[in-house]
Amino acid sequence: MKKLVVFGATSAISQAFLNRVAKKYSTVVLIARDSIQLEEIAAHVRIVSGAKVEVIVSDLARIDTHTNLVEQSCNNGVICALISYGQLTDQERCKSDPQYAMEQFALNGTSTISLSAAVTSVFAKQGGGVLAVVGSVAGDRGRRSNYYYGAAKSAVASFLSGLRSEMLQHGVTVVTVKPGFVDTPMTQDFKKGFLWASAEKVAADIDSAIERRRSELYTPWFWRYIMWVIKCIPEWLFKKLPL
Amino acid sequence: MSDSWGNLFKAKQQKHLLRSRRAEIVNIDAASMLPVGQRRSYGDVGINEGGSVLDATLLSRFISFDPQAGILRCESGVTLWEVLCLVVPYGWFLPVTPGTSFATVGGSVANDVHGKNHHVAGSFGCFVKRFELRRSNGDVIECSPTEEPDYFAATIGGCGLTGLITWVEFSLKKIVNPSLQVESIAYRDYEEFLALSAGSEQSHEYSVSWIDCLASGVDTGRGVFLRANHIEQPFYLGDSQRRSQRKVPKIIGKGIPLVNRVSLMAFNCLYLLKNNGTRTYTESFAKYFYPLDSLLDWNRIYGRPGFYQFQCVVPFDNASAITNMLDEISRSGQGSFLSVLKTMGDILSPGLISFPRPGVTLALDFPNRGAKTVSLLENLEAMVVEAGGAIYPAKDAVMSAKTFRQCFPGLDEFSYYIDPKFSSSFWRRVNP
Repeated sequence: MKKLVVFGATSAISQAFLNRVAKKYSTVVLIARDSIQLEEIAAHVRIVSGAKVEVIVSDLARIDTHTNLVEQSCNNGVICALISYGQLTDQERCKSDPQYAMEQFALNGTSTISLSAAVTSVFAKQGGGVLAVVGSVAGDRGRRSNYYYGAAKSAVASFLSGLRSEMLQHGVTVVTVKPGFVDTPMTQDFKKGFLWASAEKVAADIDSAIERRRSELYTPWFWRYIMWVIKCIPEWLFKKLPL
Repeated sequence: MSDSWGNLFKAKQQKHLLRSRRAEIVNIDAASMLPVGQRRSYGDVGINEGGSVLDATLLSRFISFDPQAGILRCESGVTLWEVLCLVVPYGWFLPVTPGTSFATVGGSVANDVHGKNHHVAGSFGCFVKRFELRRSNGDVIECSPTEEPDYFAATIGGCGLTGLITWVEFSLKKIVNPSLQVESIAYRDYEEFLALSAGSEQSHEYSVSWIDCLASGVDTGRGVFLRANHIEQPFYLGDSQRRSQRKVPKIIGKGIPLVNRVSLMAFNCLYLLKNNGTRTYTESFAKYFYPLDSLLDWNRIYGRPGFYQFQCVVPFDNASAITNMLDEISRSGQGSFLSVLKTMGDILSPGLISFPRPGVTLALDFPNRGAKTVSLLENLEAMVVEAGGAIYPAKDAVMSAKTFRQCFPGLDEFSYYIDPKFSSSFWRRVNP
């Protein structure tokens, strides 16, 4: 049995990914908070893929539920899991509302870490599997304009890097996905330029990274070089740049 | 993305992204609104200058599909290509398809699109079984030919003005093989075209022709007639469902038009030369139905000024009016790539103000050359009115209020079903 589990199934990237790959699996498990949307997506995925589709309604920000959730969803023969959820943190609000700032960090950072750990421990027990986690290029270096969001994504990336190394011996692959600007409802208020990519493009890249068991994916590809340049800038100069 | 396919307008309008088919449009604060999908309509039918547009492209989910009966229910933002990718492997096909597969299902209903099989199938609206309409006052109306039949009839071909179509249920066409056996026959004049059309009505499901509207003198009216049927042998799907996607660089869309008299004459001559005589060949459905879809943003070749599209239908009794129009176009020297000429059959659409009706339909592009082009379009419009024909709203950008009224006798009744908060640039133009 080939089984795919998607955490955060209502995100635009998840939906584009499901449209593309669901037909490769016999069972698909969709997890998200919004039960109505989840049922709508499930009906759609059933039609386009012919797979058996199960849904689990769950608030992924609630770390205490993760162990149960993963036991429930990742039993018998999951070969691929995608973690793709989060919110674009409002940097200005964080400065005046520490409560909000820490909730955002928990959602975009710690909850993803907790979930990744839980999923890979199941994969390790069954001796294989691929976990792809959608992070962001924003995690590559803390920038003045969005370092709250960036810090959470950076924590996820560091964690996954270590996890990937540990999981090697168990035959488990961990893919860190770092999209650049993606045109989704999450970013609808941004002015779109030539650096922007569609969720479909990102989904296609994630699909091929999973197939090829890559460790780290920048999508679209040119972000690897953009971020390389940004990481190369010495700190004394970087701190003065309005990035 | 341009606001309309003809690139004629730079509209100042608010965009509201609809995230769910249960979206409450009551709460949207807007002077007026208009649902839009992929915005493939040429003129201003998909534009709401000074108001808001409700972007329905995220309403892109399938809701139910019965592969035995061939009935599909999907959200209105699903594109025709997405429908084909789903249903072709099950041996089904779109009952009616326009010339682009980028169009959405909702847009196909709102413009009551027609295709190369109009003479045997009618328009898209003939296959719609049911849909849901959301109104700005919060009403949710499920419409079918028997439930809320008035809203059903007003919405099909209703240019998006009767409310937001959130989902559509329609029936599909059974096929054995999606590919087509195509026969191309060169013809010398309009009379020959009419004879070929009449002769193919029974034998061929799809027919269309390309006419060289730049030709003059002895060549006037020459063209190529293409008729086709789906192949009857079972098929191996292979990559028939792939469409190549070449992009036209954005810069071309900002520059001077690549389309001019010399490039057009060369293109038309080469095309007709290639299709000289009679040929029979097999073609994939993507290539046959959507030749321009493989060139993304082909509208950019008309450069910054954009282009007008013109499509009319005239009754068979006045079919000769088309010859006069072709003469007028040829005299003006403004015609563009091969124009489309096709006969439409007598299967009537349920739509109250639908465009498709029996007769001969002519469609072509005109590069935007300002007042000169508009005056040509006005001349053509007068000829259409005189012949008792109609102009297609989805392609129009200049028709007068008076013409609109004459083309669509159901207009007064239609007005009753318009959502009071819905409007479009097109609607205000034809209803000042």
